[in-house]
Amino acid sequence: MFKMINKNLILYIGILIFGIAAPFLFPAFKVQLSILCVLIVLATTWNIQGGEMGYNSFGNILFYGLGMYLCASVQVGMFFPLAEWTESGGEKTFVHTPAQFFQGMAVGLIVAAVVPTIVAGLIGYSILGLRGHYFAICTLGLGVAAGEISGGIEIIGAGQGFTTPPFPDVGSLDSRGEFFYFLSFFVLVLTFITVRVIYSTRFKLILNAIRDNEDKAEAMGIETMKYKIVGWMISAFFCGLAGGIMGGLVGYIDSTDVAFDGREMGVFMVLMAILGGKGTLWGPIIGATVFHIFKEGFWTFFLGWQYVALGVLIVVIVIYFPEGIMGWLREKYPERFGEVVDEKDRKAQVELK
Amino acid sequence: MDFMVFQYPMISVQACLDGILLGILFALIAYGMALQWGVMNIINIAQGDLVILGGYIAYFMYLYGIHPAWGVIVSPIIMFFVGIAIYKLVINKVVDRDLFISILATFGISILFMQLMNFAFGADVVLANSDYGTTMLFNSNVVLPNSKIFSAFISILFAICLVIYMKKSKLGRAIRATAQNARAAKILGVDTEKVYAATFGINAALCGVAGALISITFTIHPYMGLPYTIRSFMIVIVAGLGNLPGVAMSGMGLGVFEEFADYILGTEFRIGSVFLLLVLILVYRRFKLSRKREYLK
Repeated sequence: MFKMINKNLILYIGILIFGIAAPFLFPAFKVQLSILCVLIVLATTWNIQGGEMGYNSFGNILFYGLGMYLCASVQVGMFFPLAEWTESGGEKTFVHTPAQFFQGMAVGLIVAAVVPTIVAGLIGYSILGLRGHYFAICTLGLGVAAGEISGGIEIIGAGQGFTTPPFPDVGSLDSRGEFFYFLSFFVLVLTFITVRVIYSTRFKLILNAIRDNEDKAEAMGIETMKYKIVGWMISAFFCGLAGGIMGGLVGYIDSTDVAFDGREMGVFMVLMAILGGKGTLWGPIIGATVFHIFKEGFWTFFLGWQYVALGVLIVVIVIYFPEGIMGWLREKYPERFGEVVDEKDRKAQVELK
Repeated sequence: MDFMVFQYPMISVQACLDGILLGILFALIAYGMALQWGVMNIINIAQGDLVILGGYIAYFMYLYGIHPAWGVIVSPIIMFFVGIAIYKLVINKVVDRDLFISILATFGISILFMQLMNFAFGADVVLANSDYGTTMLFNSNVVLPNSKIFSAFISILFAICLVIYMKKSKLGRAIRATAQNARAAKILGVDTEKVYAATFGINAALCGVAGALISITFTIHPYMGLPYTIRSFMIVIVAGLGNLPGVAMSGMGLGVFEEFADYILGTEFRIGSVFLLLVLILVYRRFKLSRKREYLK
C-alpha cells in the first residue's frame, strides 16, 4: 500500500514539474497548452456526470458560456460602463491598467465560478429529475437556448460579440501567454485534486450507484437527488472557471460561436471523455490530450473540412470505440487495474475465440 | 417586448392562422420522429438536417427552372434512399445499444450533414419562389401566402396516405408489429432488419416532403436543422408515441406559440423561446411523473 502511494506521488510530482516547465520547454505552444488545460478541465468535469453518475449532459456548455460572459463583464464593468464598452466594439476607448486588469480578472473568475454553481444548484432539482435521453435532450436545449438568448441581449454585445479586455502592457511580450498558461494550469491542478479526492470517498460510490441503478440506490436510503445536484454543482464550478479563462484567452466572445458553442465545445467535452474512457480518473485527461493533439495536428490537413472530419470522428468513436482508451487498456491488461484474473478462465476464453 | 399583438386583434388572428399552417408542417416531421422512435427506439438528432437536405433538393429543382412544388414528389424519393444509406452505414450499429449512443451518433451525422450542405450549397439563406400569390382575409387585414396553405394541404395529404399505408399494407403491418414487440415479430418471421431500414427510409422521405414545403414557404439554411429536431422531439413528447391526432394538435399549438413569441419577444428570441419551451415541457413532465410515482407508492 505504502509503495503504491509512493509510486503515484512520484508520478504526480513528475507531471507537476513537467506542467510548470512546459511553457519554457515549448515556448511556441503556450496558447495551445493553455487550451489543452481548459479542455482537460472540461472533460474531467463532464466525466463526473457522464461517466460516474450516468447522466449524459450536453448542457455543461451552459456553465462554460455563463462563466465566460460573467468574467468578461465583471472585468469590464468594475472600472468602465459596460454598455459603452460593448458599443465601441473593437475600438479601444477604454484601456485597463495592469492593476485594474488583474484585479478585474480575479474578481471576474470568482464570480464566473460561483454564479454557475448557484445556477446549477437552482435548476438542478428540476433538470436532474429527468432520466436518460430526456436529460440529454433537455440539457442540449438549455445550452442552445442560452446561446440564442444571450445573442439577443444588447448589453453584452448581442449578435456582434463582446471584446474582452486586452492583456495590459507589462513589459515582456511573453507574459500574456505565460499568465494564461499558469492560470489554466492552476485550475487544472485544482480540478484534478478535487476530482481525485472525490473519487476516493464514498461520494463516488454513491454516484456509481446512481449510474448503475438509481431506483435501487434510492431504495437503499441514499438521497440521490442531493448527490446528483452536488455533483452537477462541482462540474458547474470548474466549467465556469474554465469559461472565464477561455474568454480572456480568446479575447472575443460570441454568443453561439465561442461561449455557448454546443456544436464545438459542447460536443468536444463529451467526445474527449468517451475517447479516453468514461468513468475513469485518467480517461478524460488522456482523451483530451489525444483529441487536442489530433485536432491541432490534423485540422490543418482538413482545411475547411474540419467539421466534416469532426462528424465522422464522432460517429466512428461512438460506434466502434465506446469504451475508450482506458476501457481498451483495461481489457488488455486487467492486472494493472487491480482486477484479479483467473488464469484458467482466461485460457478458456482464448480457446473459445 | 411588443404588445401590439394584443391591441390589434387582427394581428392575433394572423399569428394564429400562420401558426396553425406552420404547425401542420411541424407535425409531419414529428410524425416521422415518432415512427422511428416507436419502432427502433432511436432519437434522431439529424432529423432537422434531413429536412433541410430535402429542402435543398427542391431548391435545386427551382434553380434549374422546374417548379419547386414538384420537389414534394422528387425530394421524398431521393431522401428515402438517403435514409436507407444512413441506416446501413450508421444506425443499424446503434439500434440495440444505449440510447445515448444513438443520440451522440446522430449528433455526429447532424454535424456532418450541416457542414456538407454548407459546402455544397453555400451559407446563404435561400428560398424557392413558388409564385403562388397570397390570399386576403377579413378586409385584407390578414394576409396568407397561398404557398403556406398549399404546404399545409400537402402535409395533411401525405400524413393521411401514410396512415392508410401503415394500416393496410404488409410492410405497414410489419412495422407496427415490430414497434409492439421486436422479438415476437422476429419469431413470427418478420425481417426486422428490413423493417428498421424501411422505417428509417420512410422517416427520411417524410423529412424530404417537409423540407421541400419549407423551402417554398419559409427559408432554408444549412445550420437551421437543430431547431426542427427539437420541435419534433417536443411535439412527440407532448403527444406521446403513436397518437396521430395528438401530434397534429400539439404541432399546431407549437406553431401558434412560436408566432406569438415572434410578435411579442421579437424575432431574435424565436429560436431561443422554442428551446426554452422544450426545457419547460420536460421539467413539467418530470414533476408530473414524480407525483404519479409518489401516488403509486
